[in-house]
Amino acid sequence: MIFVTVGTQLPFDRLVRTVDDWAGATPGIRGVAQTGPSAYAPANLETFAFLAPQKFDLYFQQADLIVAHAGMGTILTALQLKKRLIVMPRSAALQEHRSDHQFDTVRHLPHRLGIQVAENEHELLHLLEMPSTATPAVPDPLPEASPDLLNTIRHFIDGRKPVPRFTVERPELPLTVSS
Amino acid sequence: MRKLFRSRRRRVLAVASRGGHWVQLLRLLPAFDNCNVVYVSTDEGYRDQVDGAPFRTLPDASRWNKLAMMRLALCVAWLVIRYRPMVVISTGAAPGFFAVVFGKVLGARTIWLDSIANAEKMSLSGEKAKPFADLWMTQWPQVAARSGASYSGAIL
Repeated sequence: MIFVTVGTQLPFDRLVRTVDDWAGATPGIRGVAQTGPSAYAPANLETFAFLAPQKFDLYFQQADLIVAHAGMGTILTALQLKKRLIVMPRSAALQEHRSDHQFDTVRHLPHRLGIQVAENEHELLHLLEMPSTATPAVPDPLPEASPDLLNTIRHFIDGRKPVPRFTVERPELPLTVSS
Repeated sequence: MRKLFRSRRRRVLAVASRGGHWVQLLRLLPAFDNCNVVYVSTDEGYRDQVDGAPFRTLPDASRWNKLAMMRLALCVAWLVIRYRPMVVISTGAAPGFFAVVFGKVLGARTIWLDSIANAEKMSLSGEKAKPFADLWMTQWPQVAARSGASYSGAIL
């Protein structure tokens, strides 16, 4: 089963339509979709505008593949449940979000997480048609959040001075980042 | 007496709107081990995810709907007045912003952890929360370098 989710806040017809067309042209595919306020009505997917969290989790757990917008909720849930994940970022130019931050997100997420990124509908179709044996390995379930982050928050709550490991002394300098 | 006061568990108000903000807040749970936490979000369905801890819901509001935003602000203000948290922590977005503002005004210490989705710059709600956050954090070193936010790792 394939589970499609574009969150609940904004429409993302471009993604829903592409997956729907592909599902229609591919025999034996069962697709379930949470489409939020998308206007496009899929013909080949079981569609819900909004799933309650329990239902959402159920479909997520049953799915062999998740196809989604590049929202962090979906990305983290897929990592926690060890699901193969294809994401397509929302474009601000196409009024799919208020900013292009989903492109920023996918550009910086480490490759080791095994998330497949489609920049547009053509790449999405290509990834959908890729056999699951040719896809990157899904990593082990996520460990806890970074110990430094948890410690900083613990210390702060206890009223001790937070001691971030990383402090930027000269913010005016450009920083090279390896993602 | 002083010892008794010090041993009290800290009251924490943890606030995040639906979706990615909430999933990220849940990743911080291990940091709240010795605290009395009240969780706040915009979806009643999340109640099961906090192991029986107190959970409150808020109406959702997009930043373009002024009336809904005012209603949200009033609801958050009421929660903060009612619980008088020692610490307010939020991962965003609008409900968390208001919680940090009212928390700060009413004497709590406040943490803003910007969403990991914002890998190039702080979110708009994060920028607005800056003057009210005692600990203003990003989850990306490059954003820390540009914005002056502190960075000590991420929820991933």
